[in-house]
Amino acid sequence: MNNPFSLEGKTLLVTGSSSNIGRKIAIRCAEMGAKIIVVARDEERMKATVADLAGNGHQYYAVDLSNAESIANLAEVLPVLDGVVLCAARFDSTPVKNIKRELVQDMFNTNTFANFDLIQKLLKKKKINKGGSIVFISSVASMRPYKGNSLYSATKGAINSFSKVLATELGSQRIRVNCVHPGIVPRDGGVREGALTVEQQREEMAKFPLGMGETDDIAYASVYLLSDVSKWVTGIDLIVDGGQSLI
Amino acid sequence: MTLDEFVKAFAAEFDDTPEETFKPETHYRELDEWGSLVALSIISMVDDEMDKRVTGADLRNCTTIEELYNLVESK
Repeated sequence: MNNPFSLEGKTLLVTGSSSNIGRKIAIRCAEMGAKIIVVARDEERMKATVADLAGNGHQYYAVDLSNAESIANLAEVLPVLDGVVLCAARFDSTPVKNIKRELVQDMFNTNTFANFDLIQKLLKKKKINKGGSIVFISSVASMRPYKGNSLYSATKGAINSFSKVLATELGSQRIRVNCVHPGIVPRDGGVREGALTVEQQREEMAKFPLGMGETDDIAYASVYLLSDVSKWVTGIDLIVDGGQSLI
Repeated sequence: MTLDEFVKAFAAEFDDTPEETFKPETHYRELDEWGSLVALSIISMVDDEMDKRVTGADLRNCTTIEELYNLVESK
């Protein structure tokens, strides 16, 4: 049977793919037939991700995306891509009155500027095929305010605006640009304790109209946007949050 | 950081509660102003000032400021 969601014959770059959502996206895309290029900082964890990918021909690059030179080098050595998933990000929950310039810069470097930089370099080097698909993993936090999330929300909000402009600029090449907005999902291997206790997080997630989600929910939304089924879809915000943003 | 300095730094994260309210033996979670935002502020203060990580569970498990100080110091 012909699978319209197939990624057969496509080469995809997935950043932040050594853990959680990024890792799951790489796994599901490989199952759909794609060749995956895994990019992250942690080489050991990346190797583990590659070992979990179905099929063969996958590659990995250990790259610190906060470094402009590393990004330029990466863009140079990458093959021509059919899709890019930008998932590398860090979270922070410092209330506004306690944030420092250094933290602001750090958050924007990782979550925003590295992505802008990478896309610019890929385009300049003509490394994204016509008909390709760029997927930014943003967040419902970019659309809804949650105490402590100011920097995380702002870095993702900048991604949202950037992606819309990019969609207009790349339309003539039939390169599509979209955002996926995950709600809170438990990390693979379970909820991890942070500012909220494990029980508090579970209680929060249980309030969502569809209850608790999983990293697969985000991965399959990405598969949709990377596959040719969505060939007439660009500039959208695909919210995948079990209804979290409704409450 | 000494216990006294910790109590001061802890108090500084509150906007409405007078500083003299804060003693090592203060049951901080019973203060009117205590809530999720103050908790996040305490977490970031401990990170910045002491380079230690406390979690929401730590804050829930301690009762007094001194207990929290001892927990942070033991990390």
